[in-house]
Amino acid sequence: MKPAGRRVVNVIMAWLTALAAGAVILPLLMIFGFLLFQGASAVNVDFFTHLPKPVGEDGGGMANAIVGSLVLVGMAAGIGLPIGILGGVYLAESRDRRLPWVVRFLADVLNGVPSIVVGIFAYTLVVLPMRRFSAFAGAVALAVIMLPIVVRTSEEIVRLVPSSLREAALALGIPEWKVVLRVVLPTARAGIITGVMVAVARVAGETAPLLFTAFGNRFWHQRLDQPIAALPLQIFAYAIAPYDDWHRQAWAGALVLIGMVFVVSLAARLATRGRFSGVR
Amino acid sequence: MASSAVHGVGTAAGLSLPPAVPTCAAHRNLGDRLFRLLLRAAGATVLLLVVGLAVEMIVGAMPALRAFGWRFLVTSVWDPVAEHFGAVPFVYGTLLSSLLALLIAVPLGVGAAIYLAELAPGWVRPPVAFLVELVAAVPSVVYGLWGIFVLSPLLRTWVQPALGKTLGFLPLFQGPPYGVGMLAAGIVLAIMVVPFITAVSREVLLAVPNSQREAALALGATRWETTRLAVLRYGRSGIIGAILLGLGRALGETMAVTMVIGNRPEVALSLFAPGYTMASVIANEFTEATSDLYLSALIEIGLLLLVVTVAVNALARLLVWSVGGAVKAVRE
Repeated sequence: MKPAGRRVVNVIMAWLTALAAGAVILPLLMIFGFLLFQGASAVNVDFFTHLPKPVGEDGGGMANAIVGSLVLVGMAAGIGLPIGILGGVYLAESRDRRLPWVVRFLADVLNGVPSIVVGIFAYTLVVLPMRRFSAFAGAVALAVIMLPIVVRTSEEIVRLVPSSLREAALALGIPEWKVVLRVVLPTARAGIITGVMVAVARVAGETAPLLFTAFGNRFWHQRLDQPIAALPLQIFAYAIAPYDDWHRQAWAGALVLIGMVFVVSLAARLATRGRFSGVR
Repeated sequence: MASSAVHGVGTAAGLSLPPAVPTCAAHRNLGDRLFRLLLRAAGATVLLLVVGLAVEMIVGAMPALRAFGWRFLVTSVWDPVAEHFGAVPFVYGTLLSSLLALLIAVPLGVGAAIYLAELAPGWVRPPVAFLVELVAAVPSVVYGLWGIFVLSPLLRTWVQPALGKTLGFLPLFQGPPYGVGMLAAGIVLAIMVVPFITAVSREVLLAVPNSQREAALALGATRWETTRLAVLRYGRSGIIGAILLGLGRALGETMAVTMVIGNRPEVALSLFAPGYTMASVIANEFTEATSDLYLSALIEIGLLLLVVTVAVNALARLLVWSVGGAVKAVRE
C-alpha cells in the first residue's frame, strides 16, 4: 500500500472505533433521557412519602419501597462489609500457604455467580428454615453478592499501603493487630470506601435475588422477619402490570433508583480522587 | 482501570521489599493470635459460602436429578401439571440470546476499547471511560423497563417489518413481529455486557508494554497499524478473556431478559419468536412452584446455570491473567 492509502486507513479506523465508543454510551443517554421524560412528572413529594395506591386511584408513592431498599442494603452492608474487609486484609497480609490462594480464586468465582442463583441459595439457607420470606433473607442474598467485590478491592488497596509504614509501626513495638487497625486500614481508608460504594451501588439495583427472599410488600414492613418492599422489585412489578398509571410510577421509581446508584458511583469516584493518590 | 495500576504497584513493592511483618514467634502475643484467627475466619467464610452454595444447589436439585437423570437435558417438554420437566427450551434460549448479544457487543466493545486505549485524543479518554462505567452501573430492571416500553415497540413497528421484508427468506427473520422476543433480549443483553467487554479489553490493551508500540512506530507504522500488528496481537488472549467475561454476564442476566424475551418455553429458530432463558424461568416460576419436584427442577436449572457460568468465568480469568502475567515477565 502507498503511504497515502495507509494514512487514510488510519483515519478511517480512528473514526470507526470512535463510532463504536459512541454506540456503547448512546443507550445510557437514551435511557436517561427517557427516564427524565417519562418519570420526572411522577416524582414529587408524594412519591417519597406515600404508600402505593390501588389501581385506578391517582397519586401514591413508593415510600415503603425506598425505605425497604435502604433497610435491605443497610443490613446487607452490616453483614457483608466486616467480613469482606477483614477477608481482604487476610488476603493481602497473610502468609498462610494455600488458603489465601483458594479464597482469592473462590471470591472471583463467587463474583461470577449469577445473582438469581445467589437468590436460590438464600432461599434454601434462610427462607426454608424460617418458613417465610423475610427482609433478613433478602439482606443475606445481597450480602453474598457484595462480599467478593469488597474482599477483592480491599485486598488490592491494602497491598498498596507501603511496607515502610508497617515496618515503622512494628519497630515501635506495636503489636501486629494494632498496626493493621490503626496504621494500615486508616491509610487505605479512601480506597476501601470506594470498594464499599461500588458494592453498594451494585446491590442497590439488584432485583433477581430479592424475588423469592425479600419478596416485596405493598405496605410498610412491621418486622425484619417479614416480607419487605424494595425499589427494584416494585419497578419490576409495576412494569409488567397492565396499568398505565403503574407504568408511570415504574418510570419514576427507575429514575429515583438510577439517581441513587449514580450518586453512589460518583461518590466512589470522588473518594478515590481525593486521598487515594497520596497512598500511591 | 484503577485495578491494573493497583496491581502493578502492589507486585513491585512485593518484589523489592522483604515480607511486611516479621515472623518472630516472640512477637506473637495473644492479641495477634486472636486477630490472625479473626482474619482467617473471614477468609474461610468466603470458602464456606462457595462450598455451601454448591452443596445446597446439588441437594436441592437431587429429587429432579433422580427423577429425570440425563433426560432433563434432552427433553423440551415443560409441563408443571403433569410434572414432566425438560430444560432444552431454556438452555437454547440462554445460549441463543447470549450469542446474539455477543455478536452485537464484541465489535462495538472491542472497537470502543481500542479507541479508548490507543486512538482517542488524551482529553477524550477519562470522560468517555467514566460514561462506559456508568452504562455498567445501570440496574438490570431499568434496562428491562426501557426494553418493554421503548425498544419493543420500536422493533415491532420499524425494525422487524423491515428485516422481514429484506431478509425474510432466512428462517431467522420469519414470523409475526411481536416486538418482545429473542431479538429484543439479544439487543438488551448486548447493551448490558458491552461496557464489561470495553472495560476489561481496555485494561488488557493498557497492560501491553509500550516497547511493543514503540517498535512498530519506529518502523514507520501508523497508529492503527501499530494497534493491529503490535498491540492487538499481543493482547489477543486477554481480549478473548474479556469477551468470555461478557458472555458469563449475559448467561446469568435475569431481569432485563425476563422482561423482554416473551417467556414462552419453545424452541423456535426465528429471532422474532418469544423464547425463555434459564434465569428467567427461575425468576418467573420459583415462587409459584407448587410441588417439591417442580421446585427441584427449577433448582436443577439453577445448578446448570451455575456450572456453565463458573466454567466460562474461570476460563476468562485464566486468559486475562495470562496477558497480565506475560506483561509482568517482560517488565522483570
